This record gives sequence, C-alpha cells and structure tokens, in this order.
Amino acid sequence: MSVELDVFVVNTTIMDEEVYQLWLDGYTVNDAVKVRMEGGVLEGCEASAEVLHSDTMDQYRTFQMCERLLHSPVKLANQLLFQIPPHRQVMLIERYYAFDSVFVREVLGKKLSKGTKKDLDDVSAKTGVTLKSCRRQFDNFKRVFKVVEELKGPLVENIRQHFLLSDKLARDYAAIVFFANNRFETGKKKLHYLTFQDFAFCAGQLISNWTVGALGDYNMVEDMDVDLEKEFLQDLKELKILITDRDLLDQHKSLVCTALRGKTKAFNEMEANFKNLSRGLVNIAAKLTNTKEVRDFFIDLVEKFIEPCRSDKWTAGDMRLYLTHYTNSAHVLDTFKHQVVWDRYMGVIKSCILKMYHD
Amino acid sequence: MPGKLKAKIVAGRHLPVMDRASDLTDAFVEVKFGNTTFKTDVYPKSLNPQWNSEWFKFEVDDEDLQDEPLQITVLDHDTYSANDAIGKVYIDIDPLLSSEAATVISGWFPIYDTIHGIRGEINVLVKVDLFNDLNRFRQSSCGVKFFCTTSIPRCYRAALVHGFVEELVVNEDPEYQWIDRIRTPRASNEARQRLISLMSGELQRKIGLKVLEMGGNAVVGYLQCFDLEGESGLVVRAIGTACTLDKLIPGSEIKESPLAHGCRSSHNSPVHSACSSQRLSHSQNFSVSVPTLVFTEGGSPRICEFPFFTLTCFPPGFLVHIGGVVSARSVKLLDRIHNPDEPETRDAWWEEIRQEIKSHAKALGCHAVVGYSESTTICEEVCILSASGTAAMLNPRFMREGSVCVYSRFDDASPPSCGFCHIPYDEFNMPFPAQLTYCYHCRRQKVPDVLFTTIDLPAEAAVTGKGCLIQARLCRTKKKAQGEVNATAISNLLPFMEYELHTQLMNKLKLRCMNALFGLRIQISVGENMLLGLASATGVYLSALPAPGGIQIAGKTPSDLSYDQHISTMQKRINDTIAMNKELYNIHPPECIEEVVGSPIPDRQRSRLFRSTSESSDELSELDLSHGKKDAFVLEIDDTDAVEDIQSLLTDAPMPAGFYSCNTEVMPGIYNWTSGLQMFTSVRVYRLNNANLTNQGLNKIFTDLCENLLKSLYFKLRSMIPCCLCHLNFTVAVPEEELIQVRRHTPKNTSPILFIFPINILIKLCVFVCFPGSGENEEQLQFSMELCGESTSSNNQPTAKPSVSSVDYGSFADRCSTWLELLRLKAHTIRRGSVKTTSSSERCSPLPEVRSRSLRSTRSLPCGAPVTVVKMTPLSFLPRTRIVKYLGIINMFFIRETTSLREEGGVSGFLHSFIAEVFAMVRAHVAALGGNAVVSYSMKECVFMENPNKNQAQCLINVSGDAVIFVRESDQEAIPPLITCGQTSTTGADGTT
Repeated sequence: MSVELDVFVVNTTIMDEEVYQLWLDGYTVNDAVKVRMEGGVLEGCEASAEVLHSDTMDQYRTFQMCERLLHSPVKLANQLLFQIPPHRQVMLIERYYAFDSVFVREVLGKKLSKGTKKDLDDVSAKTGVTLKSCRRQFDNFKRVFKVVEELKGPLVENIRQHFLLSDKLARDYAAIVFFANNRFETGKKKLHYLTFQDFAFCAGQLISNWTVGALGDYNMVEDMDVDLEKEFLQDLKELKILITDRDLLDQHKSLVCTALRGKTKAFNEMEANFKNLSRGLVNIAAKLTNTKEVRDFFIDLVEKFIEPCRSDKWTAGDMRLYLTHYTNSAHVLDTFKHQVVWDRYMGVIKSCILKMYHD
Repeated sequence: MPGKLKAKIVAGRHLPVMDRASDLTDAFVEVKFGNTTFKTDVYPKSLNPQWNSEWFKFEVDDEDLQDEPLQITVLDHDTYSANDAIGKVYIDIDPLLSSEAATVISGWFPIYDTIHGIRGEINVLVKVDLFNDLNRFRQSSCGVKFFCTTSIPRCYRAALVHGFVEELVVNEDPEYQWIDRIRTPRASNEARQRLISLMSGELQRKIGLKVLEMGGNAVVGYLQCFDLEGESGLVVRAIGTACTLDKLIPGSEIKESPLAHGCRSSHNSPVHSACSSQRLSHSQNFSVSVPTLVFTEGGSPRICEFPFFTLTCFPPGFLVHIGGVVSARSVKLLDRIHNPDEPETRDAWWEEIRQEIKSHAKALGCHAVVGYSESTTICEEVCILSASGTAAMLNPRFMREGSVCVYSRFDDASPPSCGFCHIPYDEFNMPFPAQLTYCYHCRRQKVPDVLFTTIDLPAEAAVTGKGCLIQARLCRTKKKAQGEVNATAISNLLPFMEYELHTQLMNKLKLRCMNALFGLRIQISVGENMLLGLASATGVYLSALPAPGGIQIAGKTPSDLSYDQHISTMQKRINDTIAMNKELYNIHPPECIEEVVGSPIPDRQRSRLFRSTSESSDELSELDLSHGKKDAFVLEIDDTDAVEDIQSLLTDAPMPAGFYSCNTEVMPGIYNWTSGLQMFTSVRVYRLNNANLTNQGLNKIFTDLCENLLKSLYFKLRSMIPCCLCHLNFTVAVPEEELIQVRRHTPKNTSPILFIFPINILIKLCVFVCFPGSGENEEQLQFSMELCGESTSSNNQPTAKPSVSSVDYGSFADRCSTWLELLRLKAHTIRRGSVKTTSSSERCSPLPEVRSRSLRSTRSLPCGAPVTVVKMTPLSFLPRTRIVKYLGIINMFFIRETTSLREEGGVSGFLHSFIAEVFAMVRAHVAALGGNAVVSYSMKECVFMENPNKNQAQCLINVSGDAVIFVRESDQEAIPPLITCGQTSTTGADGTT
C-alpha cells in the first residue's frame, strides 16, 4: 500500500517558519524531515516520520506555489490564490530575500551574468551553502538589479518599494546593486578579511556622498544612485596639488604633526610615513576618473593606506586621530582652494577606512 | 421582459504573457449571457489592462436570470491567427435576484482556465434591475432565498416550516457525447462546467417554484448533489426544507442600511455577549415572536407527501421526541436516460426510498423525519441510493397544516432538556426490543438506553462531560462482477455491513462511556472488488439516558487456562480504557454507582437502526441489529469477527491532549470558543499494492488510514491547541480501475485498486481556549496562547516547546486579519450603500449624500483595494461573531485538467493547487458580493482521475455554502496597536501597483 496523493489545504495559509527556512536553505524534503526529527518536533506528538514527511511535503508545495509571487512581492499583497495575513507576507518576503553573508561575499562586485551563475556550484562547494540556495540568492540579486536599473529616483527607496523589504535589507541590496554596477574588486586575497557588512557600509557611504543623487538633486535621473558623479571625479584631480606642490605637502605635514604630537604612541611612524600615506590617498582620488581604477578602489585603499598603518601597529584610535587631523589641517592651508571637494572626498575615505581597519 | 442585467468590465491585472515576443498581452473581454455577447476593446500591450468598458446591458427573462450564469471570457487578440483564450469567469447572478441579498457584484475575480488554472484577475461590476412580475403562471421563482445552512439562518426567524422540497434534472454528460472525440479537452471541460451551472440554476428555479406554491419564501438546508453516471448521463438533484422566514429587525425601518449593522448591537440581548452564545443564540432567533400559523389554499399534495426536514438544528420546542435513525438503501442498475425532460426513473427511485424512510419512521411511532439527507455512490453501472434521517415527533405549532399528520400522543409538559429523549413509540408495542428505563432527568417518562440520531445535539439538551468523534470503519471484499450479478452481490453484502458498522459504533460508544450519537452519517461506497463503509458520529453522554454498561468479554472454551488469561488481560485493557475515557471526557454521572457489571444475559435486543436494502421496491427487509444487553455488553471472541471488533476498539489512538473533535456543529460540553478559526481540506489517495487481501487485512489497512490521517491533522495543528476540530467530515471512495484514466481515449490502465480515501475531509477548526476567565477579551487570550507556555502547561499540555512556538498558525494572523476585515467590511458595506443610491431609486438609502459621495471616491481605485479576508467554515455560524446579512448561496463547479502532471508537481501538486484555486474563487465571489465569510461551506464532490503514463490528470470539484457578512461581537474593543505595521506594509504595497 502506498500513498498516492496527499494534500492538505487551508483557507488561511499556514506555514511553519522552521520549514520555510529549511526550504530556503535548499534542503530536500528528506533532509528537511531529518533535520526536523532531530530538532524534536515529534516529541509530545504521537506522530510518525510519515506524518512529518507528509507535513513537510505540504509545506514545500505551498512554498513552491508562492515562489512565483515572491518574485514580485507587490503581487503577493493583492493576489487571490493564497490568503496570507499581512504580517506573514512580510515574513515570507523578508526571509526569501535574505542572503548568506558568506555567499554574497563571493559574488559581490561580480557581474550578475549567466557566466557567474554557471560558477555557482564552485561557490556552493566553497561556502557550504546549497546550490539551490545559491541560485535563489543569485537570482534575487539579479532580479533586484534588473528592476532598479530601469527606475528613476533613490536606489534604497526603489528597492524598498518594489520588493517590500525592510530598510536594513533594502540597504544591503542597494550595496549589492552598487557593487555589481561598478564592478568593484572584492575577491583579491588582501581583501578577504573584509566582511560583507564592511563593504555594505562603504557602499552606503559612496552612494550617499559620491553619486549624482548625493547632491540632493531629486530630478529623478536614471541611475542617480548607482553611478559616481562624473564632475566630482574630475574635480578630484585637482587634489593632486597636495602632493605635487612640495611646500604644500610640507606645510600639511607639519600642521598634522603639530596636532598629533604627544597624543599617540605611533607618532614617530606617522611622521615618517606622512608623505607616503598622503600620496597614496591623493593618488587614489586622482585616478578615479578611470573606470578601471574605480574597480580597484578598495584594493588600493588597503594596499596604499591600511596595510602600511597596520604594519606600524596603529590602533583604531590612532587611525581616527590621524585621519581627522589630516582632513582638517588641509583647511588651514591657504593656497589649497579645493576645500569642498576635499571634504566630500575625505569624509567618505575616512569612514570607509575606519570601517575597514580591523583584522 | 422582466429583468435587465448590466455588466461592466473595469480592469485586469497579473495577466499571463500571451505574446512571447513582447512579453505582453493584447487582452479583450467577451461578456456573454444567454445568446447575447458583447466585447470590450482590445487593450494593447499590457498585463494590467484598464478596459473601463461601458455598461453592457442584457434584457432577459427572469427565468434565464435564474438559470444562466454570466460568462466572462478574457482573450488575447491576435491579428493573424485565432484569438487565444486566457480564461473565464462564471458569475452566478442569483444573489442579485433577491431583494434581501446582495445588490451588486463588484470585485476582482480570478480568471480561470480548466487547463492552466488561475491566470490573472479581472475586475467586474454586475447589477440587475428587476421589474415586478405578477404573472401567476410564471416559470421563475426570483426572490426565494436559498440557504445551505441546516438550521434557521441567524438573522431570520422561522414563521413557518412548510416541509420537504425536492427536484431532479438530468442531462447527457458532455464528456460522453460523440462530439467530445473531436473537440479539445478545454472545450469539453467548459461545456461541462457550463451545463452543470445551467442545470443547478434550473434546479434552484424549479425548487423555488415549489416553495412559492407552498407559500414559503426560502429554502433552508438546501442540499444539491451531482451524480456523474457516466455513459448514462448526469443527474443533478436537490432537497431542502421550505420555510417562511422573517427577517429579524433590530431597529425600525433601517434594515436596508448597511450602517444599521453598527447600531444593532445595542438591540442585542445579553446572551450574545456571553462566550457560550452559540448555544443561546438559538433562543434569540426564535424567541422573538410567537410563530403564526398561515393557512394557504391548495398546496401541492405531492410535496406534503414526505414529512421530511433537512434541518439538523431546531428552534426550542420544535423537536418533541426522537425515535432513532432511519435509513434506507437501494441498489440500482443504471441505464441510459433516454429523455432528459422526463427523468421519471430517477424520480421513481428516490420516491421509493423516501416511502421506505417514511414507513420506518411510522414504525418508530414518529410522524416526521429530521436531519434528512440523500446520497449516492456509483461504480460503473451499479448505483447505491441511500437516504437517512432521524425519526422524530415535531411540535405542530411550527408546521403548516397538512405537511405533517399530527399524532395525538402529545405531552407538551416534558422538560426541554430531556423531552426529546423520551420514546415516541408505545412501550407495550415497541417496533423493536429495547431496554427502557425512566428518564434519569425527570423520572416520569421512559427513555431508551442508547439514542442514535443524524441531527445536531439540541441546544437545550443536558449533557454530562464532553463529546467526541466516534468512527466505525469497515471494508468488505467482493467478487468482480457485471450488471445484475454485481448488483445482487452488493445488495447481499449491505445488510452485513450495516450490522457490523452498527456493532462497531455501539462498542466504541460503550468504550467511551457514552450513550448517544449525534450527527450520524454512514457512508457506503462501492468499488470494483470491495465495499467500504464509514460511519462517523459525535458521541455524547446524555444525562437523561441511563449510564452505559461496560463491555464484557467472554470466551467459549473456558477450559483452557492460558486462554482465560488472555481474555482477562483483554478485559482489563478494556476496563482501563473505559476508566481512562471517563476521565478524558469528564464523564462523572452520579448514576454510575448503581451500575451492575457482569451476568451476561444473552437476550438479543434492540436496535435504533432501521434499514433495508432492496433491489426492487417490494423486497423490503428489516434487520434486527441487536447485541448483548444493557449493563454488560458481551463480546464473544471465539469467532474472528469479535477479535477484529476488539482489535478495532483498542487500536483507536487516543486524541492528543488539547484536541477535541466532533462531526457536529458544536462540540458538546465546550462553551468557551474563540473566534480563531481555520478551515481545511485534506485529500489522500492510497494505492493497494496487494489486491488479494482478506477482509481483516483490508479492515486493518482502512482503520490505519483513518487513524493516520487524524494523527497527521493533530500534528499539523499542534500549535493551535487547545482546539476543537468541528464538523469533521470524512468521505471515502473507491474509484473504478477504468476511471484511473483521464478521458476515454486512453487505453485501460491495469494498475491495482486505488483507494481514494478520504476524498475530502473537510475539517473545520475552531480554536477555543480553556484558560480560566476566558470570557474576557479574546485578543488577550489569543496572545497568551502564543506567548506564554505557562498557561498552556497549566492546562495539562505537554507540548509547550520552543519548536512549537515558532509555528504560529495564525492566531495573531487572525487578529490582524479580522481587524483588516472589519475595516474593509465597513468600506464594503458603505460602498455598496453608495452604489445603491446611484442605481436603484426604489430602495432608499438612508445614507446622507455627503457620505456616499466621499465613499464613492474611495471606490474609484479598484486596483489599490487590498484583498478582502474571507473566512470559510462548514459551520453555520462563526464563533463569537454575529452574522448580520446573508448574501446568497454559493454553488460552484470546477473542472481542472492537466496534460503536464509531472511538471505541476505530480498528483499532489496538481490537486493542491486546484483546491487552493477553488478556495480563491469562492473567496473572490463572496468578496464581490460584499461578504466576508462563507458559512455552511462544503465540498460536495471531489472526483479525481489520473493517468500517470500519459502525464494527465483531471479533477472535478463542487463546493457550496452561504455568503454572509459578519461582525465581531467584541466590535467596539480596542484594536491592538501592533497590527498597524502589517497594515502599512500592505497599503505600501498597493500604492506601487
């Protein structure tokens, strides 16, 4: 005797969040049953593995039927097929669009193309995330990317509205879209120590300060939050004077050193390295007009600034102190006329470096 | 020209992509009624078209209005080839024909295709202008209200109960017409859907006519069934109870105002606010005024012939005495229906059965049959017709003269809590041997020792402890045969099956220490080589009846010592189980002390069940279904049957703590219901791999299947405890081997027997809470259910585990949705009010102009309106709510077919999505009528056929129910603040559409 057909349908769709997570994580029905058994759902119920299997199947089917709707979450609210209470809808969407940080770290900055998708089995093997889950997450990134690509207006807001995500998740997606669009290099060995949250923070900084939308100019330009502002990048070239003009460089150094003297143990190293570090930062700025250099933005920051400081054993406090004075002292330089650009540049650089300066 | 039907196509959304090149669709709509068709313009290149069409007007007879559905077809325009159909919507406009039901149908309907399922949605507005027609000889019966509910609907009062109405129409099944060989499956399915829709419309109209003839204005307990007789045709039949209903008007003349619902609560009697209002609200419905007798001239004598009532729940005082269950079955051979216009044979068959039921009732000294129902089971050309009901004496006050011949033996003096238990028959001239005692309640009248009925427990009945679901299951093998031989074999088997089911029920009843069964439903289904019997009922300990004796086991060979030991261990197990059940169901009758155990006196006695099986009407056999004696029920375990009985007795797994189940509307002994409610349908099909099974083997399998299913339900619903599964409705079927193929063109499938079991268990769930002080605010209670494990464990529930707490099946959801519902309900009713002012001037709306205007503006954006939450329940009420309006009957028939079964997730995936789609369509229709719930919902038919080799499957589903508007009793209560977040997110979502 075998069960040929077994369904259980309810008027107000009920779902078990635990099973939903197992489904999202790409578990097969049998594996999910195992996990649930080990989790002890059957304790206290006079139910057999068979019952659990049937329940898991029912839930999996429901999720599969819902998946189509989850691809455009707005539909979920006004579709008629499933009667799902609003707070459940929110849960379904939020969990569906949630991603594993190990996974996102692997594809961050990569082109969201078919080629990348083909390599997902490698990513799956490397990260331990099931291939099914990898595909879902990748497709989510791609879907969000495709939708917001054609939209005008602020990026985070667009994502939030079209995918009904929480603010936090919408911001993470904005970062993913931003990285994918600018193709920032994140996979180099030197960058491995950085987490997705580090990058997401930096992306947030870049989006809110260096893009067209950053000016508060809500003329609803396409891609206003996705591309860096061209004019600004041009202006950055002017900062070169800080390192090309010897007087200015010396003056800047002495101002910073006076301010730092006695305040930190790493003062000697700071003084010795000032010119190198300053050159590093200003060179990064000057090169940003070149799209290829933009991709290396993070690797440059690490190589040209973070690594030297780390080898000199600066503390996070030292770093903050140094960057603060480094930025502020430039204002006192009377021959340096590019204060606005400088602030806009250094504001982001400072917060990015501070975020990235850890082990 | 008595009616003008107007329809307007507003918009579509989520349409499927029909043009692969552009990923878009050029959609237009055809609106068809009768033979008239209108078309909208093509709305090019959009998946969310805004047609905003003119009003399409159909001028039609009201006869057609009743019969025909409005048919809306959405198509994709194609310049070069034929237009592709996207899907259809059938709208039954019957609710618009009654002045008291809905006034407009407006809302989003799923666009349904029999091959692809739901494909997007369409927004439609439908109205009807009826002209008064005073023609005496009219063929229409507009205005007669239909209710599936088997009690007097909540906002009405029964002025008069006229009696039984029945009608039957037959036709050829389009699936079996020659044309089906050349047309597409889609065309064939649509023809069938349309035909059945037409036939049920016609049936309803004809029944309506009979009701009008009798002087009634409504049909209550309307039960419509389809018999898919295959080659020999398609029968649609219906029975019901004609009544004259008066609307209960709480205020003065404001009954038409949707806003009046709000002020109704002030007129409400205090019984409504009590948490046990379910039981009391009956009295509210009926006590309002004294029923009046209306004498009408010349009612059709045919109708009065059967004093049958499809009601299962009655006004207090209506039911005087109950005799017992009466049932009749008849095995028939189907032949082709030659003349669809004169369905005489089918009529005659039913006539015969009804006569038999009537004579059984007479034998029990009763003049009426209540809780009456009819059913069929068909296997190839053999058809078993069954009818059952409860013989009863009714109070003539409610009856129109002539509908029931009143007997003289009447004593109105018996108290209501036990009166119905008193025997209606003569003590010295009993129809069957029975053990009579004086009533344990009033000590004046005689009562039987057990009572079986098909009705719900009367509200006024005195009950000890709680009730529970009792099932008897039976499987009998039968030789494969054809025609006459087969029919004879079946009719020979039937008496034995009935007997055994009855024995099982009796044993299980005793094992639970109960003495009465309510809602008894015995289903027998025929398969090619087996018969299945499933009896379900709700067991109760009636205080008026004597305490049931224990069960005693006796062996026939007492010499053997080890055998004696075996018997005594069995006896001990049984005694332990009885003791345990007494605790479990809280049965502690004071009478228990005088119980005498032992001394097995083998006097064969009593039966409550009258049955007869007949192949032809003159062969009428009555069976004595008697066992043991009252005090000790003796089971002899020498023969294998008894061993089997004991096995089945003891294998019934006890219900997990926190669960209760019954198949009646309310659970006896439980009064603290919450409004948390969930309806579900479960379908399982088992395939028997070994076709050569013995009776015992089959029985064991069958019992296990039932038990497994129940276990599965308990597991799935574990997070809802304490909860009660009410109206648990099992259906079993053994599909024919030949039917395991889709469409007749396919070769014969030689798979072994398929058990469709239970084809649809429609089980409804009411969560109730057992905490102390549960009479309070239910929001709080549900909260405590979710959050505090303490209070749960204080209620002896061991399952307060973290793993469980993650599964929130929606108590919060429920709170959320009801709040939203409430808002929407308000919007809805008001909206409907506003439409009313604009359309029909004869009905004055009391709404101030300003209000209706302001609300009309909210209506202008149909796209943005969030989906109305619609509750579905097989109960006739929603706990802790008040039904304020009945909007009309929902009776829908759907066919779904697939030729890509594997791709749709196999049979389970296919059926799962189909059932979900049916639910969605029911909800959409209710919402469009302005309602927020379906009560007395039932899935009458669910026929499933598959052919895995061809990757095909087909399924037919028929559902029915009453669309209603309800409001919560705790309407005025504060809205929990947490809900706002959910709400904003929805509206946010809508804003972007």
